Amino acid sequence: MTRAPVISRARSRRILLHAVLASIAFFFAAPLLWMLATSVKPVDQAMVTPPTLLPVPASKTPAFAAENYSAVWNDPAIDFPLYFRNSLIVATLSVIGMTLSSAVTAYGFARMDWRGRKPLFFILLATLMIPFPVLMLPQYLIFAELGWIGSLKPLWVPAFFANAFNVFLLRQFYMTIPRELDEAATIDGCGHWGIFWKVIFPLSRPALAVVALLQFTYTWNDFVGPLLFVAHRDQFTLALGLQLFQSQAGFTPWNLLMAASTMVVAPVLLLFLLAERVFTRGLTAGGSRE
Amino acid sequence: MKHTRATLTGLAWVSPWLIGCLAFTLLPVAMTLYFSFTDYPILERPLWTGLDNFKALLTDPVFALVLKNTLIYAALSIPLQTVAALAVAALLNNPLKGVGFYRAAVFVPAIVPTVACAMIWYWLFNGELGLVNQGLRMVGGLLPAAVASALPEGLRDLLAGPAWLSTSGWAMAALVVVSIWNIGQSVVIYLAAMQDVPKSLYEAASIDGAGPVRRFITVTLPGVSPVVLFNVVTGLINTWQVFAVPYIMTEGGPDRSTLFYSMYLYQAGFIYQKLGYAGALAWVQFLIIMALTALTFAISRNLVLDRSA
Repeated sequence: MTRAPVISRARSRRILLHAVLASIAFFFAAPLLWMLATSVKPVDQAMVTPPTLLPVPASKTPAFAAENYSAVWNDPAIDFPLYFRNSLIVATLSVIGMTLSSAVTAYGFARMDWRGRKPLFFILLATLMIPFPVLMLPQYLIFAELGWIGSLKPLWVPAFFANAFNVFLLRQFYMTIPRELDEAATIDGCGHWGIFWKVIFPLSRPALAVVALLQFTYTWNDFVGPLLFVAHRDQFTLALGLQLFQSQAGFTPWNLLMAASTMVVAPVLLLFLLAERVFTRGLTAGGSRE
Repeated sequence: MKHTRATLTGLAWVSPWLIGCLAFTLLPVAMTLYFSFTDYPILERPLWTGLDNFKALLTDPVFALVLKNTLIYAALSIPLQTVAALAVAALLNNPLKGVGFYRAAVFVPAIVPTVACAMIWYWLFNGELGLVNQGLRMVGGLLPAAVASALPEGLRDLLAGPAWLSTSGWAMAALVVVSIWNIGQSVVIYLAAMQDVPKSLYEAASIDGAGPVRRFITVTLPGVSPVVLFNVVTGLINTWQVFAVPYIMTEGGPDRSTLFYSMYLYQAGFIYQKLGYAGALAWVQFLIIMALTALTFAISRNLVLDRSA
């Protein structure tokens, strides 16, 4: 007799919690859903009051979508196929460069004993504090001096020189790999290079996946880097192209702007859906350092 | 000899980072510092002028304005983000069916490219047709006239659907809303920290008769306080660098009411190409960030639970 009310109280609490969480989730998801909904409507329907979720008639949604997306993709003034290719090139090279260079550097900090290692690692951590605005003007001058302005190089070459955060993340992971494995490999005649490639690199795949994924997302999403260091339209990335698309249209065709935005969001969103766990692991690795 | 050899091998392994750090971080930091003491229009040679740039900052009305704008933005967005992220994380920390779906929904905005994020909100905050104002006007229309006229003026304006991005004040509010939309990363970090809080502490608190709110205040908050501190510090660093979203959504307007520090720095350096003045701005920003970080640590020394002690 006394149990029933207890259960129903727990149940009503659960329902309340679901309601609260659902409305929070709505606040976060709605803007993206609205982007998607706007991107599949004819322009006059995107601008009606009160707004509708689906175009009228709803059965023509795929046709409207095809029309909008191909209009964006084939826009005469904004070369989205080229920008897409540029983004892909920059992101791929950055991922390769960042993963390899950070892995090697982290090995030097985690698995070797040498004088100067500790002070250098301290400097590495300290550089995390330096805000980008302090660096951006001289970086432009340095890239110009190297002859990189006017090419995609400023966007991917620096990735081959590691990054303090990723080195830190990988070093923390390497520390958890037992030293006995290094010793066994040494007995088998491996030097540091052999230990790195045959033991550490394969075993740290989960952490390397985090670095690769974060680097891809960072590069794909980066707006400021291309804005500052890219000189010609031929080298625009998608992020920059999207902004150009918005600022060029005198009258904003909201449906096309949202279709273009969806194209920029889709690759990272897809990656997130495929590898949600890897993302969250990477973020918490950075956040709960103690 | 053996030491030297080991050191050289070690340096060789960390050389990717070391070279990059020297060329793309430490050299630029030094260059910016040098520029800040010079008059340096980009096509001419820098001319040493001592502290002139820093003196000019003191009397520059735009500098005062961007400081004010950035402070207002930081004072609004950092506390709101922190409270919102903690609350959402605490709610997500319940053993509930489908919680993974809610967590994913909250996190997704964090991976949306900044430009796309700015575009989406640019559309949502459109004065006439934006979804935000359509919703607000609908709510406003439902209110009886007597209630509506009794509302304070700010709320009445809000329900009438303000021209968000072209009215100063509302433009700032819109940018703060966007910043709250982007708390996904903090939520995930807080959630992980909350799951690390020992279960026994909650049990002990329950035995003492503490309800959910009390347990949150006495157990959860102290448990996650080091992570909160870390997040507030990164929030401070990031907020002082806020650039892309206002650059795209408001271009600093209307009337420079959303012109922030980094945008002014960008204008000085890349648009007006006054490298000396921009260098001074950059170093002042660096010092402000360091001072605020030190201040945060000093204030929170008593508030943060050090579990290693």
